[in-house]
Amino acid sequence: MAEYIIKNGFVFDPVQGIKGDKSDVAIKDGKIVKDVSKSAKVIDAQGKTVMAGAVEIHAHIAGPKVNLGRIYRPEDKLFTCTATKGIERTGSGNSIPSTFKTGYEYAKMGYTTAMEAAMPPLFSRHVHEEIRDTPIIDEGAFPVFGNNWFVMEYLKNHEIENTAAYIAWLLRATKGYAVKVVNPGGTEAWGWGLNCLSIHDPVPYFDITPAEIVKGLIEANEYLGLPHSMHIHPNNLGNPGSYQTTLDTLQLAEGIQPKNKFGREQVMHITHMQFHSYGGENWGNFESKATEIMDYVNSHKNLTMDTGNVTLDETTTMTADGPFEHHLTGLNHLKWANCDVELETAAGIVPYIYSPDIKVCAIQWSIGLELALLAKDPMRCFITTDHPNAGPFTRYPRVFKWLMSKKARDERLTTFKNADKVIGASTLANLDREITLYELAQMTRAGPAKSLGLTSICGGLKPGMDADIAVYDFNPEKPLADPEMIETAFSKAAYVFKSGVQVVTHGDIVNIGNKRTLWVDAKVPDNPQVMRDIKEKFLKYYSITQANYESLGHHFVPNPYALEVDATQV
Amino acid sequence: MTKTITDVVCPFCGTLCDDLEVSVTDDGKQILDVYNACAIGAEKFLHSQAKDRITRPRFQQPDGTWKETSYEEAADYTAKMLAGATKPLMYGWSSVNCEAQSMGNEIAEICRACVDNTAAVCHGTTLIAVQDIGLPSCTLGEVKNRADTIIFWGNNPCHAHPRHMSRYSIFPRGFFTGKGHKSRKMVVVDPRITDTAKMADIHLQVTQGQDYELLNALRVAFKGEWLPDVVAGIPKEKIIETANIMKAARFGIIFFGMGVTQSLGKNHNIDEAIAVTKDLNEYTKFSIMPMRGHYNVTGSGEVLAWQFGYPYSVDLTRGFPRYNPGDTSSIDLLNRGEIDAVFVIGSDPGAHFPISAVKHIANVNSVCIDPHITPTSGISKLHVPVAFNGVETGGNAYRMDNVPIDCRKVVDPPEGMLTDEEFLKMVRDRVKKLKGVA
Repeated sequence: MAEYIIKNGFVFDPVQGIKGDKSDVAIKDGKIVKDVSKSAKVIDAQGKTVMAGAVEIHAHIAGPKVNLGRIYRPEDKLFTCTATKGIERTGSGNSIPSTFKTGYEYAKMGYTTAMEAAMPPLFSRHVHEEIRDTPIIDEGAFPVFGNNWFVMEYLKNHEIENTAAYIAWLLRATKGYAVKVVNPGGTEAWGWGLNCLSIHDPVPYFDITPAEIVKGLIEANEYLGLPHSMHIHPNNLGNPGSYQTTLDTLQLAEGIQPKNKFGREQVMHITHMQFHSYGGENWGNFESKATEIMDYVNSHKNLTMDTGNVTLDETTTMTADGPFEHHLTGLNHLKWANCDVELETAAGIVPYIYSPDIKVCAIQWSIGLELALLAKDPMRCFITTDHPNAGPFTRYPRVFKWLMSKKARDERLTTFKNADKVIGASTLANLDREITLYELAQMTRAGPAKSLGLTSICGGLKPGMDADIAVYDFNPEKPLADPEMIETAFSKAAYVFKSGVQVVTHGDIVNIGNKRTLWVDAKVPDNPQVMRDIKEKFLKYYSITQANYESLGHHFVPNPYALEVDATQV
Repeated sequence: MTKTITDVVCPFCGTLCDDLEVSVTDDGKQILDVYNACAIGAEKFLHSQAKDRITRPRFQQPDGTWKETSYEEAADYTAKMLAGATKPLMYGWSSVNCEAQSMGNEIAEICRACVDNTAAVCHGTTLIAVQDIGLPSCTLGEVKNRADTIIFWGNNPCHAHPRHMSRYSIFPRGFFTGKGHKSRKMVVVDPRITDTAKMADIHLQVTQGQDYELLNALRVAFKGEWLPDVVAGIPKEKIIETANIMKAARFGIIFFGMGVTQSLGKNHNIDEAIAVTKDLNEYTKFSIMPMRGHYNVTGSGEVLAWQFGYPYSVDLTRGFPRYNPGDTSSIDLLNRGEIDAVFVIGSDPGAHFPISAVKHIANVNSVCIDPHITPTSGISKLHVPVAFNGVETGGNAYRMDNVPIDCRKVVDPPEGMLTDEEFLKMVRDRVKKLKGVA
């Protein structure tokens, strides 16, 4: 394999604590190494910023609901298609790009790893087919557990071992990466058109509360010692006053210590916190509670979170929170798609326009930025747009601009149609903090990689790690004349390497690399009871047979990379 | 001695039953019997064993006779035809696996072809309606476990999806439906007294072509507003009774078929049926699902959507995907005479398209990939028989509720026969060379 040396760039690497020093990064055989031979190809990074490839911790980029979004929104394609060009396949779509375009766009921004945030287990084969067709980036997918009948039946009696054995079985069957929870209990209630809006609302029939589900899944996750923690989208998303439910949910993790061999320090990851930080009683007195939320997160080390920044675009919301999407179509009267999945979960989709002229949307925008700016530990607060829910992932460079430049965000804040009301509803106008490049590397690289248990593989530039590297046309020593330069630089990386292969040169795709599917292979002691329960559920209640459930073979996971966990000695 | 292969997936209709058992000879070369399948599904397996099957590609001669050729020559011809055409049409895809569909899409992109599947003459109108108004739906297991009110509108599963009612919709005892069919209300809307209609608790014998009116009347009845005495041939009292049954459901579902998608009103019928479903979610839980026909027509829509963004009628002639049914749909393209080469796979437009469109296929260069002799193969210049998907090769397929199921190979194809995917790969490699693509 080729050798490279990236010379004289300003390197930002939180893993080694490098804060913009001029140094070289060497690549050999797909890994970062200390030195290379004289024949190594030289990449001149003079005056440029060098970081590890970015890690996306939460995005909806593959699977049944993403594709239903593509199918039912031809309008999302308008003026967004890219023609076949060299090795680049044709692409289409803005908020829900085609698989090829998804891979290219991530790579062009310097992202090299991404996690599909909600995989309905029954549809894992679909998710993996799309992942296979998403070039360049390494991907994993989180199967959803929070409304799963097995989980609810085991946790009703607090059977952690059985829950863990089932999780291990399902991760293997679906080639899944982590334990995802969406509106615990609420989505099962949606099977009857109902919901669970607080953590103590009992789930119909199953007679368990969201709190018991969440706590039980955290314990099962730590029992197994999985690379990532339980990853949750709490109850009561998107409603005024939801922050109280969020705080209740966060408190469920209190006192639980992480247990794993991957260096992960949290036991709960709360996703798209922006949607869960709302105060007020209605849309009229809707306001930010980012301060309350961040006070809690900052003082509890066993939590990580991502922001879910609103980008003020037209987008397509999609979530396994079925009842929420039904609620949303009632608010904006745009077309509603829904799919309830037997024994497991549900999903809904509604297009949404985050208009800067609408007060609530502008406050949502403020909250997302506030959360990141109030974070005391950038290693525990990551930047996402919950793609495509708060905005397309292709807007990351714009979010970076707002976070890194007070000037840029004030320009936006003060020109909203309802600027006075918007400014009054959050503390954003008073925040002077500007995220530094080092903090950005923490929030988009080292932090998410650590939270996912991938510290030894990606998110940093330490010798031995995978050579996932992004070089940006951005000179941190030059005074920033115009904040737009941030957005321009991070939109089109000068060079991107994925596992040591140069995949992007000056914003163009030059190689589709060696894409991998990340999954977690957890070994547990033999558990005849769980195996019997699985068999019984397939015989009686599933609509497919157990033998046809697994994602098997080359077609679905052509290039797997398994992280192994052994919980047999517990 | 024989061996039995279990959990076999049936490659016939959109019900995609996956509990078949097939007994084969010890050497794995011949199917002896098929268990659990419906009559159509069993026949799909058994007729692959026909001794007089065509096993090699063949060119049609000017006098109508056929001359056998090799797969290499067939691939050369196909590649040259597609690469040399100005606006080739690649149609079908509904009875092939997703791997082959994916390969076909790549060829279409390189050759700047129009790609279309059988939704064009089937549930394409449904897709247009979904693009208008959305689709509250669920998986078939949800129906089995929860549904107590089942509506079949413009379809006849007794004959078209024979195991649908026993596996998912009417008879099974699910988690919350322990009494099976005794706990379910069954409503059938059909102008004919079909075998399905004969089973119904309520049969609304709608006047042909007036489904939209009846759907609309139901929405009025939900709200308790004024109705005329008779709508679409159904007395007001009956409409109100049905509306009340739907509102009182714990979990209801509408299954609809070609009776509404391809009759007067087309996509507007489905718009209204989805609006009915959406309205009902204000009172209870209701879903709606198209009864897709071919076993993998859904999969073709899925693969096209994730690769190009649209589920059918995709036009790649400008090097990027465009979609405008009525303009980029197969029959319209053929009738306007824009197509100069036709590639058909896994479907039979010769039997289902209007004669004007079929005549155009006969007049241009054409290739038909199909294990059977069909009206389409009969008018094609080249007929390429291939292994039966789901019988002689596996591969992924999507059920009518979008659940993917990986099909199983149960026997080897006849000596020397290729699968769709293998043949398409040969074509793709040739097309790449012809077009100078890396």
